Amino acid sequence: MKNAGTIVIVVVVGFVAFFGFPFYYNIGKANEAPKLKFDTPAILEWEKVNGKKECVEPKEFMRGEHMQLLNQWRDSVVRNGDRVYVNSQGRSFTMSFQNTCMNCHSNKKDFCDKCHNYLGVKPYCWGCHIAPKEKQS
Amino acid sequence: MLEKALVGSKRYWLWLGVLTAIIGVALIQYLRQYSYGLGLTGLSRDVSWGLYIGQFTFLVGVAASAVMLVIPYYLHDFKKFGKIVILGEFLAVSAVIMCILFIFVDMGQPTRIMNVVLNPTPNSVMFWDFIVLSGYLILNIVIGWTTLAADRKGVRPPQWVKPLIYLSVPWAVSIHTVTAFLYAGIPGRHFWLTAVMAARFLASAFSGGPALLIILALLVRRFTKFDPGQEAIQAVGKIVTYAMFANVFLLGLEFFTAFYSNIPGHMHPFKYLYTGLEGHGRLVPLMWTSSIMAVVSLVLLVFPGLRRNEKILAFACISLFISLWIDKGFGLIIGGFIPNMFEGVTEYWPTGPESIITLGVWAVGFLILTVLYKVAASVREETAGMPENH
Amino acid sequence: MSMNRRQFLKIAGVSTVLGIGGGTVITGLRKTGLEASQVSPDPRALKAKRWGFVVDVSKLKSDEDYQKCIDACHGIHNVPDIGNPKDEVKWIWKDTYERTFPTTSEDELMNKELKEKKFFLFCNHCAQPACVRVCPTKATFKRQDGVVMQDMHRCIGCRFCMAACPFGARSFNYRDPRPFIKKENMQFPTRMIGVVEKCTMCYERLAIGQQPACAEASNGAILFGDLDDPNSAVRKVIASKFTIRRKPELGTQPSIYYVIGGADHA
Repeated sequence: MKNAGTIVIVVVVGFVAFFGFPFYYNIGKANEAPKLKFDTPAILEWEKVNGKKECVEPKEFMRGEHMQLLNQWRDSVVRNGDRVYVNSQGRSFTMSFQNTCMNCHSNKKDFCDKCHNYLGVKPYCWGCHIAPKEKQS
Repeated sequence: MLEKALVGSKRYWLWLGVLTAIIGVALIQYLRQYSYGLGLTGLSRDVSWGLYIGQFTFLVGVAASAVMLVIPYYLHDFKKFGKIVILGEFLAVSAVIMCILFIFVDMGQPTRIMNVVLNPTPNSVMFWDFIVLSGYLILNIVIGWTTLAADRKGVRPPQWVKPLIYLSVPWAVSIHTVTAFLYAGIPGRHFWLTAVMAARFLASAFSGGPALLIILALLVRRFTKFDPGQEAIQAVGKIVTYAMFANVFLLGLEFFTAFYSNIPGHMHPFKYLYTGLEGHGRLVPLMWTSSIMAVVSLVLLVFPGLRRNEKILAFACISLFISLWIDKGFGLIIGGFIPNMFEGVTEYWPTGPESIITLGVWAVGFLILTVLYKVAASVREETAGMPENH
Repeated sequence: MSMNRRQFLKIAGVSTVLGIGGGTVITGLRKTGLEASQVSPDPRALKAKRWGFVVDVSKLKSDEDYQKCIDACHGIHNVPDIGNPKDEVKWIWKDTYERTFPTTSEDELMNKELKEKKFFLFCNHCAQPACVRVCPTKATFKRQDGVVMQDMHRCIGCRFCMAACPFGARSFNYRDPRPFIKKENMQFPTRMIGVVEKCTMCYERLAIGQQPACAEASNGAILFGDLDDPNSAVRKVIASKFTIRRKPELGTQPSIYYVIGGADHA
């Protein structure tokens, strides 16, 4: 082909122009990071008893690795029948997404969804697990 | 070589356009099924596999049948198959892709398909089926493409292809054997629990697949300047004839065992399929159509004089292909589920969306087949008169 | 080995299609838990070598007695009531002797009352389960204590297990079950479309020291215990009464024993 070079250039430029759209469209626009709420009755109750808000593991770990933790919990409960989790501080919890996690984080819309929507991820947890009943905030 | 598929006659583009349109309509139906669930099909708690899995099973046979050309040509040096063998290999490629698609549309959670690889389970026949089918697909793409590319340049194919060709022979047998094992190893489904299942599968594959190949070869000759060779087509006709007799014979064995032993569980599925059971007989007309077409095709094929007439040969092959399509793509799977595990009868019939999705998968197969055959035919047109060097 | 540009492109193309070589970098999975954390079973959990049931329906007097067990199970497990046999999902149900034991009832002369007697059907939790053998992802598997478990997270919905189970114990979610659950049990998940489900022997109750819900609601008609322990209540009944299992000829070794003929005349 005689004009192969031109075609390659056109294709590459076209590709970059099309798929790069989200990047240059959003240039300069700061997207505010989601603010999560930790004010459910169960969390406030925990704070009253224990003097601080805390999760099953430190906040930083949960923020980055909660999906791996949940996978581990799932396999442990469903496949091995082990349902007690003793965390790095020696405190034990029942490993249950629906009954333990969602008991404190009963504000799915202001907690789970906030971040997941921001990042554009759609975990299928709630395809089966029943989310707590709550009003739209 | 793929650039050969980008130039073609108006008719070629029209045909691709029609196929693409069917695929588009089917895709919409599939998206509906994806969001609503498999409840959109005629499947039920009692008949949990249907048209999709039937088509899958049937097409594994079509894919395996390439070996019927590979064995004579590469193992017995039967030169006349030199031009046609590529058609068999490319047919296998498109058939395996259809198989994979049929499995995919049948899955309840298709996005989890990689779980089969992430949690390898050697005790599951389906795991092995996954492996042999992917392997067979790769083998045929590599072999077909490499030999055709060599032909185009008028040189011998590279040495490393030979072992792959030999490997593809037992591999073809394995894909259909393993697929038969999906059914033949299940306790409690009398219709499937038979040691001749794999043999039956191979016999029907080696008749149905080559029959389709004859039809395709005749079409290729008609629409392109590439002639796969009259003698080659006649030789494939012989293969079809022998294999079909073996297939009907094996089916006869099933009838004998079921009815002479007089064991109710063995007889019930046959009764359901051929006479109806407890007042249910939705499949009876279909099964008899299949039987009649099988007999017709055999009568036409068995006499060499008739078979030599290509019009009659084509008719016989179409008849045989439809017969086997009904028998294996439909009756075999449904029959295994009726009666159900409580000796009750729940019938099955595919729904509209299910049929359209099925048609769509076939359209994908034909699209791939057309493109591959276009490439093969164009190369052959270019090199007409030159001998094959492999 | 040297190769020209054409060969290189060929290899690169094929390996990209196959997902090997360049393009895919498999990174080691990150540590999932913190070093010091650990898991263990609940100390209250019931333990056995092989859990099983003895079903004696002579202890059930009315249709309500049957329904109580079915409702207990289906209620706590969010089993939908779809209302048509095609899409139906059920974990435990009742049916006639004739349909429960089809291979033993090819008999025109059989006592009609027995033939039409209602029995409970649910997963047999076979010792040699065909469903576990065929599952391509280990989504259904056998636990150490004999429970044939179903991991609905992992199920790909191929329905091979439904074809393989000789007892019709498995249901498939042909459509979204949520709208058909009258009253959700907020402590237990539902299922999503496209996965297979069945009786899980109340693994979530065994784990905290409770009997399966059907046994608890059955007024003694469903006995639960360790088939491996000669002194268990279930073994004592099996030793002293005439019991049968469904389709024993298939070799799956069901773990449900049915007492035939009622109360005390074995």
